[in-house]
Amino acid sequence: MRRWIPLLVFAVLGVFLYLGLYLNPKEVPSPLVGRPAPDFTLPVVGRPGETFSPSEVRGEVWLLNIWAPWCSVCLEEHRHLPRMVADRVPVYGLTWKDLDREAAPLLARNGSPYVAAVDDHDGRIAIRYGVTVTPETFVIDREGMIRMKHVGPITPAVWEKKFEPLLRELQS
Amino acid sequence: MIAELGQFSIALALALALVQGSVPLVGAHRGDRRLMALAKPLAQAQFVLLVFAFAALAWSFLTHDFSVRNVAQNSFSQLPAMYRFTATWGSHEGSLLLWTMILAGWSAAVSVFARPLPEEMVARVLGVMGLISVGFLALLLLTSSPFERLFPIPADGRDLNPLLQDLGMVSHPPLLYMGYVGFSVAFAFAIAALLSGRLDAAWARWSRPWTTTAWTFLTLGVGLGSWWAYRELGWGGWWFWDPTENASLMPWLAGTALIHALAATEKRGVFGNWTVLLAIATFSLSLLGTFLVRSGVLSSVHAFATDPTRGLFILVFLGLVVGGSLTLYALRAPRMMGGGSFGWLSRESLLLANNVFLVAALGAVLLGTLYPLFLDALGLGKISVGPPYFNAVFVPLVAPVLFLVGIGPLARWKQADLHDLLWRLKWAFAVALITAALLPLTLDGMNLQVTLGLFLALWILFTVLKGFAVRLQHHRGSRIRQLARLPRAFWGMQLAHAGLALLVVGVTIVSNYETERDVRMPIGSHLELAGYRFVFQGVEELPGPNYLAGRGTMEVTSPWGRSFTLYPEKRNYNASGMIMTQAAVNYGPFRDVYVSLGDPLGDGAWTVRVYHKPFVGWLWAGTLLLALGGGLAAADRRYRVAQRRRSAPASVAGPLRSIAGEGAA
Repeated sequence: MRRWIPLLVFAVLGVFLYLGLYLNPKEVPSPLVGRPAPDFTLPVVGRPGETFSPSEVRGEVWLLNIWAPWCSVCLEEHRHLPRMVADRVPVYGLTWKDLDREAAPLLARNGSPYVAAVDDHDGRIAIRYGVTVTPETFVIDREGMIRMKHVGPITPAVWEKKFEPLLRELQS
Repeated sequence: MIAELGQFSIALALALALVQGSVPLVGAHRGDRRLMALAKPLAQAQFVLLVFAFAALAWSFLTHDFSVRNVAQNSFSQLPAMYRFTATWGSHEGSLLLWTMILAGWSAAVSVFARPLPEEMVARVLGVMGLISVGFLALLLLTSSPFERLFPIPADGRDLNPLLQDLGMVSHPPLLYMGYVGFSVAFAFAIAALLSGRLDAAWARWSRPWTTTAWTFLTLGVGLGSWWAYRELGWGGWWFWDPTENASLMPWLAGTALIHALAATEKRGVFGNWTVLLAIATFSLSLLGTFLVRSGVLSSVHAFATDPTRGLFILVFLGLVVGGSLTLYALRAPRMMGGGSFGWLSRESLLLANNVFLVAALGAVLLGTLYPLFLDALGLGKISVGPPYFNAVFVPLVAPVLFLVGIGPLARWKQADLHDLLWRLKWAFAVALITAALLPLTLDGMNLQVTLGLFLALWILFTVLKGFAVRLQHHRGSRIRQLARLPRAFWGMQLAHAGLALLVVGVTIVSNYETERDVRMPIGSHLELAGYRFVFQGVEELPGPNYLAGRGTMEVTSPWGRSFTLYPEKRNYNASGMIMTQAAVNYGPFRDVYVSLGDPLGDGAWTVRVYHKPFVGWLWAGTLLLALGGGLAAADRRYRVAQRRRSAPASVAGPLRSIAGEGAA
């Protein structure tokens, strides 16, 4: 019997390795989920003189999408975002470290998926949101609380599985 | 065309591997010599085919054949030729091809050098290796073909990951794989022994030189990986307890335990079952490492792209190999082992203690590496296990091993005399302890960590010297000639142990006495660190072959007035747009001075990180000495003597022992 122990240990290990294949180790839950979204007032990209602050949309469910002009995945996401969102929810953009001032012409040229995109030039607000990569998207509820954080681009599958049910719940 | 030929030869190699993995095994079972005789030519032909496939891929890289997807994704028109060649194994697919080629290389080597072994044994060993080869070749063909074409053909490639464009990376993977895959020979010998039902000293003797050789390569591979991280990642660390690093450390620990257990099994016929289990475990851990690095199960700084199909394939393969061999072990391992009895204090008992601690350390690393996965799979949250855990559990488990290194080689087999040992080692112990306790006081006061580390290192060094003295005391004549006459196995063991001591000195001193500063430096400003004076002369643009570098100039003056200039770089790679930090290091026997550039702050000022790392070079010197010792031990004369006598039976251990000398374990 004793000589079966190594096999047994390995079998248990194998089960965990198998389960591990379907988990994503990079997806770390944000400690900000369930906390109020950090407030800020920042200039809106491409609309001189205008500013945006989360307090303006209090009472509404909205998305904050972190992007950067040099992030090719974000630009790809821009192309699909409007179709998926389909006016279900307002999407605001946080432009991260647009050091070369490319964001405004880029949004004007490609069409902006945002109600408004604000300019986080030195990346300070992104730090308060705990942003590690672009793109990242936060779902913020009517009370101004962060309800979910999604890391990486929003694909149709992700939209359907993660965003749709949550939005339905929050907007009802 | 070349790419298709490469693909074709992989397919052909798979066909050969299927035959090699079945027919000779059947032949050995039935005692049919004609079937067994197939093993050797098949193994050699497979090697030729895979070398050709590898050359085809290297050719595609060297000639910029961007119609091959692998080349388009991992090369670039401006990439220098040397890195185009090394890019051959820079991707998952390419490195897998390198892996299979090396596996075929080891099989071919077994077929050539194992001539004196009984035919059955060779057929079984090569058969098992053929089966492993089948798994990897199928993985290569089904999920990760390196020769896939791309249409339309891109105008240029996406460039090799800049992190891999480094000297250390050129040789790190091949050496590491030589080690990983080399343990497949030890594994195959163990399985062959289980299949034949004869777990005697003979199989241990046969697999010893192979195991030691694989261990030597793995030591070099792990060492080079650490050196690469030190130079290339830009923050001067040499070990991060990253899952990828742990994946190479675990087989190394198991392999170290294995070469010691094999010594006891060969000389005294003890620990037979345990040694077989270790041989299986060592290769299984190599496979587990492959799985962890390539499946994306764990998040790591240098894991390959994640792909669940590949991961699943490797896992199924891992399950078959490990599950199959452990089942065989459960069924076939003999219930009662023969072998001599031994006293509580003897070479055997000390080797057993060495194995217990090494395996415990291995278990601690395995647990720490997989713990995040366990918790995540059970839905208990996401955590990451970092250096504090590993340092806290690893050091106390390895320290006893280091202490035993001092005693083991001087203890007799069967029954050692405690008084005799104490008497012989009293000076080594006392001098090491007093020196280690006093040295930190001369630097910056009491430091128990430093005392422990230095004590262990000095203890090992003194006992190594004592080992030589004991061997020479009964001989007359010239000392030099006597030293040269000592068996290589003895030299190998002592050098490897001395290397371990150097390694411990390096680790202890650099972790306790390194200093660093991270400051803003305008042009012409200076800073002082550990008596060194650094003057920053600014950063200028300098185009490289496939990148644009900002090259900083730092004039350094040592406390002794010697001055030199360091050129740390910040490189922007043209194709990928990735920014890389290239640290500049001034190497010295007693310290490295390490400068890396941070970010520009305007007006020519930069953030600059400067490190003074005392004794860090001893880490790699120690690693080299470990490997040199391994190489010498593997090349010991008695293995060749054993080869000259055709098919040495088990009992030969007796007379041969006198040739090798008693001390060489």
